[in-house]
Amino acid sequence: MTALVGTRALVRLALRRDRILLPAWIVVFVGMAASSASASFDLYPTVRSRVLAAGSFNGTQSLVALYGRIYDPTSLGGIAMIKMGGIGAVFVAVLAILIVVRHTRAEEEAGRLELVGATVVGRYAPLTAALLVALGMSLALAALTAVGLTAAGLPADGSFAFGFAWAGVGIAFAAIASVTAQLTRSARAATGIASAVLGFVYVLRAIGDTAGRTGPGWLTWLSPIGWGQQFRPYAGNRWWVLLITVGFSIVVAAGAYALLGRRDLGAGLVPDRPGPATAAPTLRSPLALAWRLQRGALLGWAAAFTLLGLVFGNIASSVGDFVSTPEARDFITKLGGEEGLVDAYIRLCLSVIGVAASAYGVQAAMRLRSEETGMRAESILATATGRVGWASSHIFMAILGTTLLIVVAGAGAGLAHGAQIGDMGAGFEVLGGALVQVPAACVLTGIVVAAFGLAPRLVAAGWVALVGFVLLGELGPLFELDQWAMDVSPFTHVPEIPGAGLIVTPLVALTAVAALLIAVGLIGFRRRDVG
Amino acid sequence: MLVMLAAIEAAGLRKSFGTTRALDGLDLTVATGEVHGFLGPNGAGKTTTLRVLLGLLRADSGTARLLGGDPWRDVAELHRRLAYVQGDVALWPNLTGGEVIDLLGKLRGGFDPERRATLLERFDLDPTKKGRTYSKGNRQKVALIAALASDVELLILDEPTEGLDPLMAAVFRGCVEEERERGRTVLLASHILAEVEALCDRVTIIRAGRAVESGSLADLRHLTRTSIAAELAGPVSGLAELPGVHDLQVDGDRVRCQVEPDQLDQVLRRLSSVGVRSLVSQPPTLEELFLRHYEDDVADDGSTSSEGSASP
Repeated sequence: MTALVGTRALVRLALRRDRILLPAWIVVFVGMAASSASASFDLYPTVRSRVLAAGSFNGTQSLVALYGRIYDPTSLGGIAMIKMGGIGAVFVAVLAILIVVRHTRAEEEAGRLELVGATVVGRYAPLTAALLVALGMSLALAALTAVGLTAAGLPADGSFAFGFAWAGVGIAFAAIASVTAQLTRSARAATGIASAVLGFVYVLRAIGDTAGRTGPGWLTWLSPIGWGQQFRPYAGNRWWVLLITVGFSIVVAAGAYALLGRRDLGAGLVPDRPGPATAAPTLRSPLALAWRLQRGALLGWAAAFTLLGLVFGNIASSVGDFVSTPEARDFITKLGGEEGLVDAYIRLCLSVIGVAASAYGVQAAMRLRSEETGMRAESILATATGRVGWASSHIFMAILGTTLLIVVAGAGAGLAHGAQIGDMGAGFEVLGGALVQVPAACVLTGIVVAAFGLAPRLVAAGWVALVGFVLLGELGPLFELDQWAMDVSPFTHVPEIPGAGLIVTPLVALTAVAALLIAVGLIGFRRRDVG
Repeated sequence: MLVMLAAIEAAGLRKSFGTTRALDGLDLTVATGEVHGFLGPNGAGKTTTLRVLLGLLRADSGTARLLGGDPWRDVAELHRRLAYVQGDVALWPNLTGGEVIDLLGKLRGGFDPERRATLLERFDLDPTKKGRTYSKGNRQKVALIAALASDVELLILDEPTEGLDPLMAAVFRGCVEEERERGRTVLLASHILAEVEALCDRVTIIRAGRAVESGSLADLRHLTRTSIAAELAGPVSGLAELPGVHDLQVDGDRVRCQVEPDQLDQVLRRLSSVGVRSLVSQPPTLEELFLRHYEDDVADDGSTSSEGSASP
């Protein structure tokens, strides 16, 4: 077991580094789960109301595609936790991926693993430590979530099943990330590949859940997200499903160990090829550099967004068929729709796209900070490039990327929807509905830039703001928050297209806010120290 | 010395990071066309000074002029005329070394492709490798080649030979010699004494954020002692009574001691009166200069400082 020597010390090191990150995430998750649960008591007080709501939910293909199926229409837990079981599980998976990559490939890329590796640390110790931390995080999350849900008033056995369904997703993606961390030399690419797997299995589950009797329903069983839902918390609590997750995770993690045993420290499985000896004539400006650094990720995101748009658009026209009862209508209204259900569904999808695209903007703008702390900005700023010129190049990429993603997803959704109903005019309206998301999404980039200029240590505020806005949008109506509180989120102000007409004022206002935040950030950056 | 416009003129620079005082009234003057050594131990404030001169940091107080401009305000104009090599060079993981050299050259406003090719050969660097695959020394080479191939008046180099092997360090020295011949100004921050001694016309020694000594190597040697080892024809007496003689060891006919510059004449006369069989005298190395300054107590810090900075 010499290959594992030092694991314990590395686990302690990882916990020391993540002493704020981990508890903070867990608190957010548990809080989200418990607040969703407690809010549902008022919404669905009687069995009758639940059965009606669950019936219309399960009858609405788009909702099933987005969140999954409700398996016991009489149980409050089933209907209360349906969103958390779908979207919440994605967040758990993201956390697991981040933890594993952060303590394996990211450390290796930074050369710190070499520092550690030269001491008495076995070959497999860093990977083992990262997996143990992810495992511990998942179990702690499961236990605390179960306690939180039980405290909120849901049955204890179902609450534990729900907690462990989340933990299962976390463990499975920790294993997946442990493999992707072996594949490339770059932590960014390792995170990217694992996230792509996450997106893929989410779509597998969506297709499987919405398949008819003759359709490929088995696809759900190929997806770790699907396993989480087939656990069926509050609807039978099928603990045996956890065995699939555990078996899968063990096999995948064993694969990671096998890969690790075959490669050199610092190397990926894909060897580095030599590149050009001279720069292309176009690589002559900060913007060209920013494009060069971000283009790979952007093209990957754009491909995913196109696919997402096509899937959303394809389902859209079938939404109306399933909703006939007034109760169902009422339920859709509670989820944020109004009269035209198809329109409401499309708007829901487009707002998801807007939020996801703003996440791209946040991470692209945060490049400013990572270039600065990585000392690479210094090389550029010591040339004739001014600070504003350098910063603008990455800001431009963030805005351009956000816009591009919204355009390709909107075009994909519009094209698919238009083709389905044979009316390309409707397709263009979908594209329009996507485009109005751009100013709101750019506000997030603005928040990152403002933080970068004024308080560079707090650039992660961009993520905090994004999560806050999403929670406001998702949970605000449940808690019947005042309008002023809802108005804090830029996404509240996006005109409702398709459906209502185009209102220009909020778009201009949001654009102005984004521009102002960026200007403030640039002025702050000009005045502060670099590094 | 000819009176020339100074390439760098900094006076009374102060800079604090929180409670840490990185620069504490630093003075630095670099004449145009000279190779100036900027010598100090780790954490003395060398890099902070360079970053102020590059306009990356804003000094809390004091003045700095660089090539006749204000380093904080005239960034773009000044940076077109200088090249900077960081102490710890970071490259973009997916750009090749060749791409980085070209990009930095273009951003600086142009470079000489022929010189680039020569330098690649002299430094034995493969420009087709990706940034993430280079060792520390090779990253250093990328930045050095980018700087040396640029057509600039001033080179600011922060510990440029850290990570280079001795062979490459020698190539680097050759390059700096050439830069001197072309009339370029070089500011070379280092804690490697031999390097500064071999390359620099003048030296500024910095300690705890202030310059404690500044002048030509010859000037600085006047401030310190020459070590003498002699074999004599017979026993000598009275050496210990002479002023300015330190660390005297007499072992029969052999004598070792340290002599202050103004007493050298006296001591040699006394030795030759006995008869000298062999004599080895060594000028103080910068090592000794250095040790003296960093062994000094804080108490006589101020006096040394005023002596030193008055010399230009």
